Amino acid sequence: MTTTLILVAAVVVVLFAVYVSWRAGRLDRLHIRLETAQAALDAALLRRAAVCLELAGSRILDPATSLVLAAAAHEARTAGPDEREHAESDLSRTLRAVVDQERFREKLAEHPAGAALLEELDTAVAKVVYSRRFYNNAAAVTRAAQRRWLARTLHLAGHTDPPRFFDIDDEPPESLASG
Amino acid sequence: MNVGIVCPYTWEVPGGVQAHIRDLAEALIEDGHKVSVIAPAADDAGLPSYVTPAGRAVPVPYNGSVARLAFGFLSANRVRKWIREGGFDVLHVHEPAVPSLGVLACWVARGPIVATFHASYERSRAMSVAAPMLQSALEKITGRIAVSEAARKTLVEHLGGDAVLIPNGVTVRRYAEGEPLPGWGPDGDVIGFLGRMDEPRKGLAVLLEAFALLAPERPRLRLLIAGPGDPDDVLGRVPREYRDRVGLLGMVSEADKVRAYHSVDVFCAPNLGGESFGIVLTEAMSAGAPILASDIPAFRRVLDDGQAGALFTTGDPAALAREAARLLDDPERRAKLSDEARQAVWKYDWSTVAREVVRVYETVTHASAGVVEDALP
Repeated sequence: MTTTLILVAAVVVVLFAVYVSWRAGRLDRLHIRLETAQAALDAALLRRAAVCLELAGSRILDPATSLVLAAAAHEARTAGPDEREHAESDLSRTLRAVVDQERFREKLAEHPAGAALLEELDTAVAKVVYSRRFYNNAAAVTRAAQRRWLARTLHLAGHTDPPRFFDIDDEPPESLASG
Repeated sequence: MNVGIVCPYTWEVPGGVQAHIRDLAEALIEDGHKVSVIAPAADDAGLPSYVTPAGRAVPVPYNGSVARLAFGFLSANRVRKWIREGGFDVLHVHEPAVPSLGVLACWVARGPIVATFHASYERSRAMSVAAPMLQSALEKITGRIAVSEAARKTLVEHLGGDAVLIPNGVTVRRYAEGEPLPGWGPDGDVIGFLGRMDEPRKGLAVLLEAFALLAPERPRLRLLIAGPGDPDDVLGRVPREYRDRVGLLGMVSEADKVRAYHSVDVFCAPNLGGESFGIVLTEAMSAGAPILASDIPAFRRVLDDGQAGALFTTGDPAALAREAARLLDDPERRAKLSDEARQAVWKYDWSTVAREVVRVYETVTHASAGVVEDALP
């Protein structure tokens, strides 16, 4: 009788341990996915700023447009962690104001280097949108996993803070979205 | 002299630079000069006869705030046409470092170009990246004017080179008299503010916090706010029980602006910086409003180190509340500040300033054939 009880208890303990280690492993995988998504987002943002700076410095645009664009891209590229969301949103707004000028695409396409830059800008803008969605998805899943009772009680996530969502206005310019 | 003036900011939206250009243009016209101003403006707006619209401006984030600017190929073409048809002796560009009509005008014109720099910054990231891109446009400028020592310092630090100092003017007589707005002061209990409500540098947030500190002890105290911006956003920052004591006039006409200056017991200018001169201050001084301003260098200078208006520690709502309370409780001091301000402001009157500007025009047009269109670089 007691042997059976001990056996059952042992099985329960082993099963629980297996369960805990499976949950911990899952959390670990989620953290890795989050870090990868964050790196991708960071790269996409830097790339967008770099393309904007290149366009601004290309002498294809009028100097006023170049200035507006260069200033916003520079702000975004050099913003500290606390200002970054704000600066990147500003860059999105500036890009819309610049690219949605009447006949902007046609004017740029007339220039030999312009078409290639536009293409690159298209890609960079789209990648910001995608990588931000993916990062925020990863952040949401990780947060949910960290918040579960078991994870909190056993400190499975260690002492890491819950990941922050990256909240920006990344609405692409109209002419890019449709083009 | 035939003068072409370039305004970088939307004509319809009140602002220091626009007002400067309007008053300069009118003072020059009164002095017998021929003046044409080009400015971003919707074509159908009710513009003064001397203003040529250059099309709508677009709101973009620039240098820490949202500015309405005109840029792009279309704007450049309009400026080009205006220069071709104007036949100006001298081109006077304002804020050529701002990405708008000013830099476009430098780009498309050749000949005597005078530029006036208005803004001052502690340290501007936008300017540091802009400087090399501006170089070829700025090299065409033959005479440079700064409206304040702070603007001059900004220019020297960010773009290099120097400028002559000619402070802003104010049309003193336009503000001297005004009928108070119905339902407002001066009755010992009204604090006034004028400026963009949604522009953080104007410091309205500091004043609203100070008001929340003062309101519980002063049941009659009211706040009169004039300027464009979102009213709900402003009221949202005032505790619910005091909201009915805040009056939001929104964007006011020139006439109502003068009346607003005459409707307050204390006129507050809580700006956090970036202000080169504070045209609003000289207007309030002309109206004889007792002034309480943040002690940014530009304000300290205009107010003669506190002689012509009280100062408080910039950005500190508690200091603002303390100084405002002292002023509200001391009618004699208010009257004295008002008199001092009316005296001090005369050296900023436009008639004086415009004569200085004409001297600059004469200097750069010496032996010149006038302004012509430049071939594309």
